[in-house]
Amino acid sequence: MDEEDPVAATQQDLSSAPTPVVNGRTKRRSRWPLEFYRSGIGKKWVMAVSGVMLLGYVLFHMLGNLKVYFGAEDLNHYGEWLRELLVPFFPRTVTLWLLRIGLTAAFFLHIHAAYSLTRMNRRATPERYAGGRDYVAANFASRSMRWTGIIVGLYVLFHLADLTWGTANPGYVRGDTYNNLVNSFERWPVAIIYIVANLALGIHIFHGTWSLFQSLGLNNPRFNEWRTTFARGFAALVTVGNLTFPVSVLAGVIEEEPRVREQVQCETGVAPPDLDCAAFEDVEG
Amino acid sequence: MSDVQLDPRVPAGPIQEKWDQHKFDMKLVAPHNRRRFKVIVVGTGLAGGAAAATLGELGYDVHAFTFHDSPRRAHSIAAQGGINAAKNYKGDGDSIYRLFYDTVKGGDFRAREANVYRLAQVSVDIIDQCVAQGVPFAREYGGLLDNRSFGGSQVSRTFYARGQTGQQLLLGAYQALAQQIGKGAVTTHPRTEMLDVVVKDGRAVGIVTRNLHTGAIESHSAHAVVLATGGYGNVFYLSTNAKACNVTAAWRAHKKGALFANPCFTQIHPTCIPASDDFQSKLTLMSESLRNDGRVWIPEKMDDTRAPADIPEAERDYLLERRYPAFGNLVPRDIASRAIKLEVDAGRGVGPLKNGVYLDFGASVDRLGGDVIRARYDNLFEMYERITDENPYGQPMRIYPAVHYTMGGLWVDYELQTNVPGLFCAGEANFSDHGANRLGASALMQGLSDGYFVLPYTVPNYLAPLLGEAVVPTDDRAFVEAERSVRQQTERFLSIGGTKTVDHFHRELGRIMWDNCGMARSEASLEKAISEIPALEEEFWKDLRVLGSAEDLNQGLEKAGRVADFFELGLLMCKDALHREESCGGHFRLEHQTEEGEARRNDDDFAYAAAWGWTGKGQEPALHKEPLEFEHVHLAQRSYK
Amino acid sequence: MSKTLNLTLKVWRQARAASPGALEIYDVRDISEDMSFLEMLDILNDRLSGEGKEPIAFEHDCREGICGSCGMMINGQAHGPQRGTATCQLHMRKFADGDTIVVEPWRAAAFPVVKDLVVNRSSLDRIVEAGGYITVSAGAAPEANLTPVPKDASDAAFDAAACIGCGACVAACPNSAGQLFTAAKLMHLNLLPQGQPERWQRAENMVDTMEEYFGSCTNHGECEEACPKSISIDYIALMNKDYIKAKRKNRKLSGQR
Repeated sequence: MDEEDPVAATQQDLSSAPTPVVNGRTKRRSRWPLEFYRSGIGKKWVMAVSGVMLLGYVLFHMLGNLKVYFGAEDLNHYGEWLRELLVPFFPRTVTLWLLRIGLTAAFFLHIHAAYSLTRMNRRATPERYAGGRDYVAANFASRSMRWTGIIVGLYVLFHLADLTWGTANPGYVRGDTYNNLVNSFERWPVAIIYIVANLALGIHIFHGTWSLFQSLGLNNPRFNEWRTTFARGFAALVTVGNLTFPVSVLAGVIEEEPRVREQVQCETGVAPPDLDCAAFEDVEG
Repeated sequence: MSDVQLDPRVPAGPIQEKWDQHKFDMKLVAPHNRRRFKVIVVGTGLAGGAAAATLGELGYDVHAFTFHDSPRRAHSIAAQGGINAAKNYKGDGDSIYRLFYDTVKGGDFRAREANVYRLAQVSVDIIDQCVAQGVPFAREYGGLLDNRSFGGSQVSRTFYARGQTGQQLLLGAYQALAQQIGKGAVTTHPRTEMLDVVVKDGRAVGIVTRNLHTGAIESHSAHAVVLATGGYGNVFYLSTNAKACNVTAAWRAHKKGALFANPCFTQIHPTCIPASDDFQSKLTLMSESLRNDGRVWIPEKMDDTRAPADIPEAERDYLLERRYPAFGNLVPRDIASRAIKLEVDAGRGVGPLKNGVYLDFGASVDRLGGDVIRARYDNLFEMYERITDENPYGQPMRIYPAVHYTMGGLWVDYELQTNVPGLFCAGEANFSDHGANRLGASALMQGLSDGYFVLPYTVPNYLAPLLGEAVVPTDDRAFVEAERSVRQQTERFLSIGGTKTVDHFHRELGRIMWDNCGMARSEASLEKAISEIPALEEEFWKDLRVLGSAEDLNQGLEKAGRVADFFELGLLMCKDALHREESCGGHFRLEHQTEEGEARRNDDDFAYAAAWGWTGKGQEPALHKEPLEFEHVHLAQRSYK
Repeated sequence: MSKTLNLTLKVWRQARAASPGALEIYDVRDISEDMSFLEMLDILNDRLSGEGKEPIAFEHDCREGICGSCGMMINGQAHGPQRGTATCQLHMRKFADGDTIVVEPWRAAAFPVVKDLVVNRSSLDRIVEAGGYITVSAGAAPEANLTPVPKDASDAAFDAAACIGCGACVAACPNSAGQLFTAAKLMHLNLLPQGQPERWQRAENMVDTMEEYFGSCTNHGECEEACPKSISIDYIALMNKDYIKAKRKNRKLSGQR
């Protein structure tokens, strides 16, 4: 930020009060998606669209995981269903990978746009008010987006390492979604990290859900008054849904199911040598 | 100074055809030559902004100067009520001729007929222009433009944009100007105050300015100079004018030879919020439109301390309706102001300082419903409540007259050119169209008429013969001397080192002017002012204290220059008022009134515009008369009964 | 008569653009409740002059809340505590006896301080110059009633056009974004039939120019609260919509802008 001296560069105006240039000229011509993304409003649009994708993801992620309450087999079956989506049109796991690629792209675009908008805002606000600010409309959610976003972003990496890659979960067994989850949340620190991250997520998506209507220019007197209510409801639904998982594990509502684990281990061929896989052979019909 | 030519140059022919014929007769500048002419426009209000934008659009090299930080801040922005135009959209008998007639009559027969006719003529073009620019005038549900009636007129011809008509019209002009600035056709000089006109060989050839941020004194030369610098109501200190409004540009031009006409014609607006204490820095206007639905009254009994709601109908004196049954609360401003003043002077005022009268919406709320009143005036009611902490929906407003507009100004001919060739003057700064009293909603009309539709024809008529002539270089002696005198004055202010602030002197001057040359004037009061002003001025030059330096933003220094000019102007106003042995419009001489206390004009001796020439400091000003002839609107005593 | 207040003021003093500034403390006594905030500063300035100190520079002109000259940060709120009110229309009755009031200039990279409480807001003019107009040369306009404008559209345009250009929206925004100003200026014209021919070009040019000077919108809504004309942030959504459309339209439909 030090490279721009706001007062030094002045526009070609002969007036007695030259106008400082803050962000430099944005009017370079190029192909429209790029040029659009180069503008602040374009980046906000990208944040909103990628935000909608990520919101859809967190909602369905939560809804899908509710199957944990129906038992290990239901949840694992759901996991398998995801891998088999659109089979036979696509081979197994292809659809899931397409979704993952889409979400990863949305995730990184969201972060990149946020990063460069933050830089733009920092350039525009070189100096704080010496006497402080008294915010009237801005709430905790809107002012903490950067921090809740960073918390959620870092948590996503941990969450993947924990429950997708398994590198952060000692008892991890690929394919046994249910027991992986239970194993993970039985560790107090992990549960706490999860709870904190989900509260941050809730705050983040509350402002995000309201804000995206503005950024996309979705504005209509018929639904304007519902935007905040919708955002509140959506954020509450996702957050409460997600928080039930660690709480249920810690409260013993959801318990480990070793039989299911063993079955998965046998089916995926990673059974330890002392496990008798024959017992599971006729379970699946 | 006796060689000053006072030729109004009104074209011959029937009044309806004068302007069209004259437009044809005036010389033209071909499009490819226009860029070779440099025109300076000082002031960016309705008149200046519109003129700069239009001349830029035509292709002239225009330089627009404003002491504000943006052209959009000129005081035209504060006009509330509306703008007149003879569109006759309401089908109630309006016409160009009627607007012309009403304006001449409303001006108490002290305006030039040909100018007023032209004003009425182009009024219809102004509305077209503004609507096309996106000015959001009030509309009816059918989508067509709405009109209302305004003080002093019996037809609905006033176009309005809520209570912010001036703002919306100025933004229209500002946007047009901004477009030209963006295109490079107009160069703006914000935060730059004009401090002198440079005259060489009898022609205006440029100006000297001070950059208010850096203090730099600079010269700018041009082929023609347009002054559109507004009125001088702030000579009274307390007025509805913005704090920075001043006479400096016009006055310095006056001292360079331009005649100043009818300086004593000042308009006192009847509906302003009364002052609340001695620290009051300005008075706030409540739009005249309020009188459409508000009724002015005072308690019949002296010293009635009851709350207004407790005073029964029978014990209220609806003073305007009583005095003027035909026009009632809608009489012209001068008439309403004087009626209110008479009652307050008699000790019948209301409010804690007994310095106002009630303006009551109770009857209208009963008749039309609160929602209608809210839709019409809500922003004004809110503003009133913010200032007074009283809710006008629950109790009547209190109002009192305040200085609002100055009809006098630099003398100009039909082409808006002063007697100094190359120096034009437009808008409130000139004297031309309103005579001794301006009708409501006519100021915006005049500013835009001058800027959009008159100067863009008449300035080229002056420029055309100058084709090929270079501007006078700014190192010419005329510029060097003007710069030197400006610099000297600035240094002088800083070096006095006295004890009193500029505001102190300004307030004192204002008191003298208001007490002696305000709503009612007499020979004795004017003589008193004429002796007091020079004494105060002398003290000013001895005991003024201006702190800070001349090299950066120094608001005290800016004010000092303006107040110095107000002293000289104030004196001239009093002399003009003293010489005009009659009462007309905004000029009311106690010696000249009817038995009922109405103004008595003296058409035999004073049917002229008094144009004063500067003869030097401390010298008697030279009077030049432009006789006014009324061929169309016959001289008659105004009656609004 | 009215009550009087004794107050402690902390006012930002800065001699010129390049020099450092700081809050200075002044006690003011016997301030009438009916006084406006600027009149209170007038009194302080009178006193400072008497003491041989340079008065506080602040912008003001009409003192009726319409010219947009005045504006300062009062206790961390642009134009002070009263909603929908410019500094000049703020009255001292909104404060209590014994209050400490912090007064600062607008702060934004695009609004460098000129002196004390005065800032340079010319960037706002640059935005209007980029497209905030309807092209119509004087005299070329058609008859005004030729194009009826639905009252709702006209009213919506007016609500935007009420902007006084004071810069409070920028000052109040934690990102120093100029969105509310730009949206108001843009949508005033884009909502009217007269503004349609240049609509998409206008949206693109004004927003691109805005982004040369200001931050981006994070939808806090502080600007709407600070705005002395209470202009709604709905106009920001409308501006976003027009800009997004314009970016495509200006490429595709050069004949139908």
